[in-house]
Amino acid sequence: MLPALLVSTAIFAQDNGAPESVMRSNGKIYVVVAICVTILAGLFLYVVSIDRKIGKIEKDNL
Amino acid sequence: MRKSWWKILTAVLLLYTFTAGFLIKVPHVGNLKETIRNLFFHVPMWFGQIVLLTISLIYSLWYLRKPNLKYDIYAEAFAKTGILMGILGLVTGAIWATYTWGEPWSNDPKQIGVAIALLIYFAYLVLRNAVPDIDKRAKVSAVYNIFAYFIYLPLIMILPRLVESLHPGGKGVQGNPGLNGADLDATMRLVFWPAVIGWTLLGTWISTLNIRINLIRDKNLLNAE
Repeated sequence: MLPALLVSTAIFAQDNGAPESVMRSNGKIYVVVAICVTILAGLFLYVVSIDRKIGKIEKDNL
Repeated sequence: MRKSWWKILTAVLLLYTFTAGFLIKVPHVGNLKETIRNLFFHVPMWFGQIVLLTISLIYSLWYLRKPNLKYDIYAEAFAKTGILMGILGLVTGAIWATYTWGEPWSNDPKQIGVAIALLIYFAYLVLRNAVPDIDKRAKVSAVYNIFAYFIYLPLIMILPRLVESLHPGGKGVQGNPGLNGADLDATMRLVFWPAVIGWTLLGTWISTLNIRINLIRDKNLLNAE
């Protein structure tokens, strides 16, 4: 799994290097990736915020 | 945030799934084309569901051994998330089937089996709401949950394998457009298993949120025991 993770970080690194050309390559599949990752990140932030809120209520109640 | 290392792992695994899942080279299988990538999104729903419902079963067994309301809360939360994953799996499967099998619902044994299994688990939730007495509810639903699990497993894992199926793994798999063991090549495994773990952990995370809310809601009852 570790090599696979490294591969994905390599992909991110490419994004930072030349976003324009990378985003338009490969039938613009990277645009789909960017959108899906954004949605996933948004969902994670939401779940984390709920988690934190419950943590606060727990502190007061348990 | 409580015990956050595995939550970070969840995020890492799913972010990896959502990038590598779209970008790796996939084998050409039948008429699947790019939809073979659904393996990283549709299939883990079922793996996740099996794990979550198994955890739910364990807590139900635990409750019957030692009737602590806490175990009932755990069992309910994991069952709910398992059911949610089942619904998502069914819907995503129908979308996928529309474009590979020609129609969203082809009465495939796995589709039928899983639909029945979901109905049985819906009844679990209805049953819970139908019993007002808390201890009775916990006991009855624990027994029902064990019954449900041992119908659910044969419905999704045994019966579909005994008959011909459009899904991979049925009797006489040749000629079906799905995957079999040999088609799941090494690169796909490299995304598939992290995806399964990631989705399962996300289901567990959401379950724990539900559990923590219910533990606070019922704290007076729990402290009384």
